[in-house]
Amino acid sequence: MSAGREDSNRRMLRARDVMDRDYAQPLDVPTLARVAHVSEAHFIRTFRATFGETPNRYLQRRRVERAMFLLRTSDRSVTDVCLDVGFTSLGTFSRVFAEVVGEPPSVYRRRGPLPAVPSCFVMAWLRPGAN
Amino acid sequence: MIKALTISQIYVLDQDEALDFYVGKLGFEVQTDMDFGPMRWLQISLPGDPGRSIVLEKPGGPMMSEETAAQVRELLTKGAIGGHLFFQTDDAHKTHAELKERGVELPEEPITQPYGIDFGFRDPFGNHLRVAQMLVPAES
Repeated sequence: MSAGREDSNRRMLRARDVMDRDYAQPLDVPTLARVAHVSEAHFIRTFRATFGETPNRYLQRRRVERAMFLLRTSDRSVTDVCLDVGFTSLGTFSRVFAEVVGEPPSVYRRRGPLPAVPSCFVMAWLRPGAN
Repeated sequence: MIKALTISQIYVLDQDEALDFYVGKLGFEVQTDMDFGPMRWLQISLPGDPGRSIVLEKPGGPMMSEETAAQVRELLTKGAIGGHLFFQTDDAHKTHAELKERGVELPEEPITQPYGIDFGFRDPFGNHLRVAQMLVPAES
């Protein structure tokens, strides 16, 4: 592996960190590609090669993970949670959530509250698996 | 029995760049900077907390093959090597502002958590750092 590859990894990680932080914003590929200082096509391809999934899928899982957290730690409605984590359509949210988690948001909520752990570990370990 | 945690280690891609970051920006001090042949033992600690130090190690031979070192560098820069350092501060917002002024890349603002106020960022190589103002501070 070359220094170029390491530099590329670090750029992709920087863009991934932005998704971890700004998941509630309307993030798109052009914005993320700018963070990584690469073209859009290069960004999607390289991100996938680096982390094993597309940027869009990673962002979906980040949003779903945040929704899982809010469903179990707050009293906010499913619609509010959907909007809080960056989805703009309840239909899309419910479909993606059920597809990723295996059960709908309202059913998942019944699992009850979560213990307090540093948020970075919650983020990394509660994130539903990539398929 | 075992009494205290004294030395921890993280991997870095470049030890001089690591010094610029950890000493020049985060405020660490060099405890030991010793060259014994192929390996540079570089040990840093925070002022006021000399009992806990971190070794900044560059992956390479003869500790590991070049192939393995390349794998370590690959994981490090992907943020997957497992280098996590959690720090404590008395004032998370003030520390955040100071680090920002020194040019540290800070992807997030301080966040209120059940255990205090904290924010996360990375060193230039991909190690994950977190600074917390704890509701119940840990003893040093």
